[in-house]
Amino acid sequence: MVQYMNARLDATFSALADTTRRGILEQLGHGSASVTDLAAKFRMTLTGIKKHVVVLEQAGLVTTEKVGRVRTCSLGLRRLEEEAGWIERYRQLWEARFDALDKLVEELKCREKADGRKKRT
Amino acid sequence: MDGRRGPEPARAKDGATVERKSDRELVITRSFDAPAHLVYKAWTTPDLFRRWWAPKSAGVPLFSCDMDVRAGGGYRVAFGHDAASAHAFFGKYIDVIPNVRLAWTNEEGENGAGMEGGMPEQFAQLDGLLVTLQASA
Repeated sequence: MVQYMNARLDATFSALADTTRRGILEQLGHGSASVTDLAAKFRMTLTGIKKHVVVLEQAGLVTTEKVGRVRTCSLGLRRLEEEAGWIERYRQLWEARFDALDKLVEELKCREKADGRKKRT
Repeated sequence: MDGRRGPEPARAKDGATVERKSDRELVITRSFDAPAHLVYKAWTTPDLFRRWWAPKSAGVPLFSCDMDVRAGGGYRVAFGHDAASAHAFFGKYIDVIPNVRLAWTNEEGENGAGMEGGMPEQFAQLDGLLVTLQASA
């Protein structure tokens, strides 16, 4: 499970680790756009922009649909929400663990104090 | 409090903090209002470890727990209700300094990627004990 999530998170985060790709996501946040629109907007060649779109698509951050000769790109946000959810679940697990550890350590502290008193008397 | 320190570290009451350190690292930090040797003991004694590692909210109890706490020593923790349904996590300790530092890897498979966790080296300067976990791929 962790291995699987690691691979997915890697794909997401490396997809996000590029200014142009973050720009594309921001642009798509305002509405879907064709590959041609994006190329014009980012002043890139079609081939160049397609490469970025493929990386985003593989990471599940963008979905594309080809109708006739036009490929339209849209945000695939669900995936990003899943990643955020994963981090939150991870935090909750550790929070619960640490709360339990807190109680246990408190108990050990009391026990140690009691033992200390016994030794002195 | 001696005033030389900067902002106070987050205390136990404040809960754990989670920081995205880089694209591939998540750092969870929590401090404990207790002497370091007790937290170390709770982390390295199987009978104590199983009392907190699988909190009730995780929904699955700790089925078994074996630890060979020394640098290079292995551990194996299994969650589940019985041997048949148990799911094991395992790895090895990479840095063990009693009451000072404990770092381990979580292999959980053949690739050996996973987590490192432990007590950071500067813990002795803190009033409580700080535990930092660093998950990296």
